Amino acid sequence: MRKFELLAVSALTLLAAACSQQGPADSSAPSAASSSAPAAAAGKTIGLALSTQNNPFFVALKDGAQKEAAVDGYTLTVVDAQDDPAKQISSVEDLIQKKVSVILLNPTDSSALAGAVKEANNAHIPVITLDRSVDGGQVVTHIASDNVAGGDDAAKFLIKALDNKGNVIELQGVPGTSAARDRGEGFDDGIKGSGLKIIAQQPANFDRAQGLSVTENLLQGHPDVQAIFAQNDEMALGAVRALDGAKRANVLVVGFDGTPDGIQAVKDGKIAAIVAQQPQLIGQLGVKSAKSVIDGQTVEAKISVPLKLVTKDNAQ
Amino acid sequence: MTNRFSFGNGAALLQRLGSVIGLLLLLIALSVLSPDFLNAGNLLTVLRQVSINALIAFGMTFVILAGGIDLSVGAILAFTGAITAGVMASGHGMLLAIGAGLGLGLLLGVINGVLVSWGRVAPFIATLGTMTLLRGLTLSYTQGQPIGVSNNSFALLGDGYIAHLIPNPVVWMFGVFLLCAFLLRGTVFGRHVFALGGNEEAARLSGVRINAMKLGVYGLSGLLSAFAGIVLTSRLYSAQATAGSGYELDAIAAVVLGGTSLAGGRGWLFGTLVGALLIGFLNNGLNLLGVSSFYQQVVKGAVILIAVLLDRRK
Repeated sequence: MRKFELLAVSALTLLAAACSQQGPADSSAPSAASSSAPAAAAGKTIGLALSTQNNPFFVALKDGAQKEAAVDGYTLTVVDAQDDPAKQISSVEDLIQKKVSVILLNPTDSSALAGAVKEANNAHIPVITLDRSVDGGQVVTHIASDNVAGGDDAAKFLIKALDNKGNVIELQGVPGTSAARDRGEGFDDGIKGSGLKIIAQQPANFDRAQGLSVTENLLQGHPDVQAIFAQNDEMALGAVRALDGAKRANVLVVGFDGTPDGIQAVKDGKIAAIVAQQPQLIGQLGVKSAKSVIDGQTVEAKISVPLKLVTKDNAQ
Repeated sequence: MTNRFSFGNGAALLQRLGSVIGLLLLLIALSVLSPDFLNAGNLLTVLRQVSINALIAFGMTFVILAGGIDLSVGAILAFTGAITAGVMASGHGMLLAIGAGLGLGLLLGVINGVLVSWGRVAPFIATLGTMTLLRGLTLSYTQGQPIGVSNNSFALLGDGYIAHLIPNPVVWMFGVFLLCAFLLRGTVFGRHVFALGGNEEAARLSGVRINAMKLGVYGLSGLLSAFAGIVLTSRLYSAQATAGSGYELDAIAAVVLGGTSLAGGRGWLFGTLVGALLIGFLNNGLNLLGVSSFYQQVVKGAVILIAVLLDRRK
């Protein structure tokens, strides 16, 4: 009986060791390449702590980081928190123990990860935050989409598409989140002074079902509307359903994010335009900045990743 | 009859040591495979990482030994953590908040016990129900948002150190372990837990107060889940609406890996500690080795399956 247990544990240990050497999905530098890597990168490991891989956005971010790491033969160690802040603290601690050169942190939550960042600070390992920021500790730089500029892009698109005249409804995200605040600020400032008028603003909490019901209600109260700006794709898709139900196919919908569902709706002509984030680019810039930090160069305290306006003409 | 009780015979003791040997083998293997593994810093880090799961798993051990199961532990952790943070956010002191959290955890555990004993609901279903109910209550109480904690003394509970070295959660873990071990081995309550799980009818006939015992074990499980929730809230500087998802399964895995029988009546608390450490060192080691997180789940699943297979062979 005990022999069986010994056998089982040894087999698993071997399995773990085998995985660590191949690591086809997560370890971007193959073992052969890392031995022949340039001297500067030899032995340098960058840690990437992801919030979740159960969301295409963060998988794309990881892909971008891996491609960039492979360029100079850096090793990228990816840990995944499955959206559990406690698990993410543990994985950041593991990266600290592994003595990685830089930690790229995509926090599950801004408040919960402050302690982990402080631990990395104490261990003198530089931290770079991706997509979401952290409320405490020292980070070298924060890399995220420029949501204010994205909101402005959406405003410019609508002003042009509606010939500078018409009424707009704005569906807002979860109140108090930075994404909702910045996207709203950029859009509202972009509309100000134009011929367009925002006749209603209401939170639908980044949620498709709420986007549907809030739009239904607003259409009742404000039938004279030519466009809807939703602060994310999910709410935009909800608004599309409400417009379908009310037989108002001529109302232009603009979304934000560029999720697969959203892009498909652009191709189908249901959504006029989406201000798309570029998660691949966020991951790529993260690793680039990490390399600069390793080489002793200074990096900007905040790096804004440009957004891309997706319409039927360039949707893919 | 004596076999059913905690002490058992020599052969059973050897069987139990399987989990300890498994842990030692894992430690040796990881020390050889990863240069960063074997040092005080990393070992203390892992101890702190396992403390939350261990606290819950100690309570779970009592429930499983008594022939039950408690699926609501993760939900109790989230709800009591949110209430503790909420009490502080509304301007009350830390002691009142902790008292409220612990009291609520005990109460919720006792409610599980009432459902299982007088309500005659199967433990799996009763605690599945309370789990779902509490998840909903937590989401509505927090509105899905984290509740921040700015009380510095409260933060020490989960984030501080004794003598600048030993993380506080590790102290709680070993303290609670000693208390629970005494409760299980040194008291009538503990002996009755084994009797209840071994053969409920025989226990009833020999004068064990079955219903009261069930309130006791589920109450203890709720209380320890609440304590884990408070330590976690302190460690995260915030209560998270979805905290503790899947923790019930981690706790059950620790109990089973430690050699306690899911059928009840047979097992030991030290094994649960070993089981929690096995899971923790496995997580830590796989991260240090740079194993893809996808394969990590495969390895963990395989370890649990093997442990259950071994349990069947006993």
